Amino acid sequence: MKELKILAVVVFFTLLTYWGVEPYAHSVMHKHIESKGFQYDDLKPLAKKGDAARGAQTFMNAGCIGCHGLKSQGMPAPMDPNAAVASFGVNPPDLSNAGAVFDAKFLANLIANPEHALMVEHKFSKAGRSFPMTAFYGLGGDKDQEVADIVAYLQSIAPKAEEVTPKMAFETACGRCHAVHYDKWTQIGERPKFKHKIDELKFEEKVVDYQDKLTKYLGKLPPDLSMYIRSRGEHYLKTFMEDPQELLPGTAMPRVGVSKESAEKVIEYLADVGDSKRAERDSVGKIVMIYLFIFAFLAYLWKQSIWKELH
Amino acid sequence: MAHFEKAHSLEEWLDQRLAIKTLRRVLAEEYWIPKNINFLWAMGMVLAVTFGILVVSGIFLLCYYQPNIDLAFDSVNYTIMQEVEFGWLWRHMHAVAASVVFLIIYIHMFTGIYYGSYKKGREMIWISGMLLFVSFSAEAFSGYMLPWGQMSYWAGMVITNLFSLGSLELNGLVEWLRGDYVPGQAFLNRFFMLHVFLMPLIIMALIGLHFGALRIPHVNNQDGEEIDFEEEAKKYLAGNKKEAKVIRFANDFLSKDMFVVSIFLIFFFYLVFWHFDFAMDPINFDPADGLKTPPHIYPEWYFLWSYEILRPFPKDPGLIAFGFSQVIFFLLPFLDRSPNVAPANRRGLFAAWFWILLVDMIVLTVMGKVPPMGMFSTIGLVAAWVFIILWVALPFITKNEKAV
Repeated sequence: MKELKILAVVVFFTLLTYWGVEPYAHSVMHKHIESKGFQYDDLKPLAKKGDAARGAQTFMNAGCIGCHGLKSQGMPAPMDPNAAVASFGVNPPDLSNAGAVFDAKFLANLIANPEHALMVEHKFSKAGRSFPMTAFYGLGGDKDQEVADIVAYLQSIAPKAEEVTPKMAFETACGRCHAVHYDKWTQIGERPKFKHKIDELKFEEKVVDYQDKLTKYLGKLPPDLSMYIRSRGEHYLKTFMEDPQELLPGTAMPRVGVSKESAEKVIEYLADVGDSKRAERDSVGKIVMIYLFIFAFLAYLWKQSIWKELH
Repeated sequence: MAHFEKAHSLEEWLDQRLAIKTLRRVLAEEYWIPKNINFLWAMGMVLAVTFGILVVSGIFLLCYYQPNIDLAFDSVNYTIMQEVEFGWLWRHMHAVAASVVFLIIYIHMFTGIYYGSYKKGREMIWISGMLLFVSFSAEAFSGYMLPWGQMSYWAGMVITNLFSLGSLELNGLVEWLRGDYVPGQAFLNRFFMLHVFLMPLIIMALIGLHFGALRIPHVNNQDGEEIDFEEEAKKYLAGNKKEAKVIRFANDFLSKDMFVVSIFLIFFFYLVFWHFDFAMDPINFDPADGLKTPPHIYPEWYFLWSYEILRPFPKDPGLIAFGFSQVIFFLLPFLDRSPNVAPANRRGLFAAWFWILLVDMIVLTVMGKVPPMGMFSTIGLVAAWVFIILWVALPFITKNEKAV
């Protein structure tokens, strides 16, 4: 069939061009990183088994609540976000969900040596600045055991993994630095509905004040993530979260230490915000395809009926 | 006052006033097309359908798009993509059609080159087609500015900079085009106007000219055979359809066109729903930021070959080479000195010229996207020279071509 041969030539050159400008060109332009499964292999493994009851004591005695809130246990943060950002550069997180969102090994390393776990030494100790969170030096007993106890305590008070919604994972892991204005999220919380202009302006002032301080702390205001699912894609987001330095050496973004499941939830949240019609796209697509196959079949019959008289 | 009889049907009534029967006969039933054709002859109809998709989806997008540098990005990515019912569908159709229309234009062009459908009376078909290519390019570029993402902004910056014409440093001209020192509100407004009004108007007029240019020389066929259309039409009308070398535009040719269109639409909508990234660059989902240059700036795939003719040379020679690449296709009917109208594979050296040109343009396209470093720069430079040499050599290659 001559027409099929011609079609094969057209398809071949089309695919060749496509391959060259898409998969090939992008493989040249972008470093490809494979996820290591959020194992954090460079960190010290958890050697001891923690005890949650003891951990509650250690947590209080270690002074964590001097900076961190624990809302679910009736302990609000000692400062509001604007006061906290003025003191520390960034608002210390509320730890109610920390045990569910962050990896246990990461949490233990973070408590013992925050700068190292967060991978921000290049911005602090190596740059002559001190990191706002002080390392936990132990209460005099076995430090590894004490750290393990604190982690066990945080896990015991955290919601169960299946209760953590994509939005909760995002707020805990990313929401103090990144806004998502397509979901009304600001660095100081959800933008409320306002009755009076003055309240709106007051809220706006707080947001801008927080952002200015955060910009000073990080060198640049972290981007709004509303469209990141389309501009970066799932794979980039996942590998970037796991190890920001690998894809963007020198970035001020810390390694946040989310567990694999939480990372997937964060990505799901970003997809819900930036690509909210993906399920509809898929289902409408199928219907359109069925319609077009019927259309093509009828068009073929019509063509045959007319051309049989012409040949 | 003209004399009108009472009409007995709506058709008759309309015919008395608009001569619709004559129109139908002249434009469809007795508009004769050669029978000896393949599916590549349906690309014109595929283009018409794709242009139709662009116009209709564009009208829907226009209902919600805001040509304002503070609102444009969100009006596209939030209002249209998320709030408006099926806004995402219109946007994906518009973006994918804008890319696919160029694929079909290139297939249509290379079909014309392969079968020699640009000479012996068909020069105006070719020239009006090239004018359409240039207008579609302007339409695509102006539309690319509208979402006001990072690629919109930086592509706007780079392309308008070309008008400083290298060492002539016509910076005043660049500012005049932008309406500002850098792309801003004035820039977005004028490209919006170009995209939704002036360019579509020009394109529609040129489509009319392109169709009109076909009437007298008629459509070419697979063998480049000169057909006596009147004689063949007589055979057809006498009922000798099998022997006649011509067919009616409607419904004979149309029925084949519609089958090809249906296959095309399956391909098109597959891309719209499941494979749209090639037409919607991820970088353009970052809002425009004049203080942050993306690490890689490249045009959409259909401009890459001419971009790569600009890029490997120093500034002024690069601009000259770029200008050359923009106008040279217009001259094809006059650079091809052979009187043969035949498929390239029967035309000796011209066959080699055709395939080398095709492969060379694909190489240029790929090299236009990858960063201009090391081996890629060399390949790009060689491919750019091959392109220029091919066109310079064309008159010499075709001058001594044997008559087919």
